Amino acid sequence: MSNEMNHHENEKELQELLKREFPPLQNAELQHDLWPQMLRRLDAHAEPARVPWFDWALAAAVAAMLFLFPNALPALLYQL
Amino acid sequence: MELLERFAAGDLEAFEALFRQHQKEVYAWTVRIVRDSGIAEDLTVETFWRIYRARQRFDPVAGNFRAWARRIATNAALDHLKRARRETELSEDFPAPAHSDSAVNSELRGHLRRAFLELPPKYRLVATLALIEDEPYNEIAGAAGISAALVKVRVFRAVRMLRKKLSSLGLEAAAK
Repeated sequence: MSNEMNHHENEKELQELLKREFPPLQNAELQHDLWPQMLRRLDAHAEPARVPWFDWALAAAVAAMLFLFPNALPALLYQL
Repeated sequence: MELLERFAAGDLEAFEALFRQHQKEVYAWTVRIVRDSGIAEDLTVETFWRIYRARQRFDPVAGNFRAWARRIATNAALDHLKRARRETELSEDFPAPAHSDSAVNSELRGHLRRAFLELPPKYRLVATLALIEDEPYNEIAGAAGISAALVKVRVFRAVRMLRKKLSSLGLEAAAK
């Protein structure tokens, strides 16, 4: 019991010293709106545009066709 | 749809509304832990970035956004303390108040300051909030995601570490 009281007193004393050295900041207020910073952060980490799977499939099909039938290249270029 | 539901569904306007509602509170909580206004601003943005990324895990019906945001802010501040353990003293921009004490007291204060800043981050976090900012243990527990009993234990250990450190330096006034 006595030890506990002693510890409590010591803690209070140390607490007072700490408060003198590190004044409480309970009234610290934000000085400006942080939304512009937040927007920059969101923009910087924006997800890259996703390519749908069927676009990849189409590109693969065209590549395969050109590999198998190289003569089809002029026809393909004509269509473009 | 409610604001929280729209936020959880990824609505940027809802996120902006929540950001504007809670940014001051998140900043005020964070600055009390890190004690640097610039770092607290960066950590406020970091906190909301983490919130935005985790929006799908938030339950808009049962969830308490304020408590969730405070917990994420505490984790972000703790991560900062871990990263910047050595540099924190240099970056602190809330200067210690001027004293007109004796040289001995001045030395004691200097050692106390250094000893406090050198506490392991998880102890410094609870000691700052409990001993300096007078936050109730249950508030600290909720924000740190630990029990109030563990907060009490960490405060006890932090005080013991400080006393031991000061005692080892021969500074008995605060260490006894």
